[in-house]
Amino acid sequence: MAGARQVMKAQAINANNLANASTDGFRAELVHISSLEDVNGLSSSPDLGTGMVRTTGNPLDVSIDGEGWLAIQAPDGTEGYTRRGDLRVDTLGQMTNGLGQKVLGQGGPITLPPFTNVEIGGDGTVSIQPAGQPTTTRVIVDRLKLALPDKKQLKRGDDGVLRLPRGKTADADAKVRVQSGSLEGSNVNAVGEMLKMIDLSRQFEAQVKLMDSAKQNSSELASILKMN
Amino acid sequence: MNQSLWIAKTGLDAQQTKMSVISNNLANASTTGFKRGRAVFEDLLYQNQRQVGAQSSQESLYPTGLMIGTGVRTVATEKLFSQGEMSQTSNPLDVAINGRGFLQISMPDGSIAYTRDGSLQVNAQGQLVDSSGHPVQPAVTIPSETQSITIGTDGTVSVKSQSGSSTQVGTLQLADFVNPAGLQPIGSNLFIDSNASGAPQTGTPGLNGLGTVMQGYVEGSNVNVVEELVSMIETQRAYEMNSKAIQTSDQMLQFVNNNL
Repeated sequence: MAGARQVMKAQAINANNLANASTDGFRAELVHISSLEDVNGLSSSPDLGTGMVRTTGNPLDVSIDGEGWLAIQAPDGTEGYTRRGDLRVDTLGQMTNGLGQKVLGQGGPITLPPFTNVEIGGDGTVSIQPAGQPTTTRVIVDRLKLALPDKKQLKRGDDGVLRLPRGKTADADAKVRVQSGSLEGSNVNAVGEMLKMIDLSRQFEAQVKLMDSAKQNSSELASILKMN
Repeated sequence: MNQSLWIAKTGLDAQQTKMSVISNNLANASTTGFKRGRAVFEDLLYQNQRQVGAQSSQESLYPTGLMIGTGVRTVATEKLFSQGEMSQTSNPLDVAINGRGFLQISMPDGSIAYTRDGSLQVNAQGQLVDSSGHPVQPAVTIPSETQSITIGTDGTVSVKSQSGSSTQVGTLQLADFVNPAGLQPIGSNLFIDSNASGAPQTGTPGLNGLGTVMQGYVEGSNVNVVEELVSMIETQRAYEMNSKAIQTSDQMLQFVNNNL
């Protein structure tokens, strides 16, 4: 019983990865099975590898080159890290990503004054042409907080946000570069997930077969006992 | 009963929405002033089955937890306001906006709608109207015996009468928004403002960051057909994978029913 239930849970994690195969910046959850009989034999951790980058041409879409994370403010006010870069500016001038999480600059969330156009440089510098100014005027507003937190310590919260434990935050790191006009997709390896799904369903069948043999054993035992 | 069935269902829903957005983009690949949409997804809440760092014994901690996600949902279908292709029509009443801003259209109920579709026309009263016949705001009336109409880059509308004298009959004004992606599309190439877009700021074309008005051009759709087709393939495959996940979960349950 326990084994089959564990496999069902693993299958749910797998299905969640597949469902998020086109969620920008999504990080897959990896399943680790050490023992199917032990209740604690099943664990999972986020896969922090990079996803595929596609060009969009939108100046507010940024993808991170190589290692690094974009710091955001989760709805509960804590600092989280994401590689999702579909940025936008809301009515109040605040820069958020597609989930509405505020994007952090060098000193808290980034707020932009009214602008004609906006550009994000390779080091995350956000510059604008203020509304009503000639094209030659460029004002640097802020710089995206790009960090290199210790990957081993990044944990996913119930809201899906990756954070460092105990409210720790990472410092901005100049090594991290971004590319504007492109977006990083989900890092779900669809083929791998499909294979895992098949593998898990076979493991599930094996577990059910075990239950079946246990049932047979007990009914055989009952019939032997009956004869005497 | 089986969580993965429902998780995969959210995946199917999301891909279905994405497909609708793509179809709408493709259907409007040659609609003047159309702005393409994009479906934005987010992962749903996670069920924390075992907290990472929980005590596995008095001296040791579990290095990993067990987080089961519950699927995906579409947060928004946002509009992307990149410039569409300008095509020359030589029609004096066609105007394209080069840069930020929207033409203002006064609706039959008195409210104002906003559009990038500048294929204007003149109605029986001589008023400048959009292709559905709604007057442009502020209203511009073209006198009856007009030889030619000139619309300047700053929106000035002037006409040349039969006698050869030129008079200014009005100006086209543009409205801009802090967050154009927050505008609400209402069909007929029109948008209305919302809390997310902010209040409209009207002004003269070419000033305060507004685009200029180009007579004799229309702005085409900003749909990139190739990009949409590639997304369509991707969406279809993702849909198939989610339906495969449903099928597999179904087979697992079936196996239980047949074998126990």
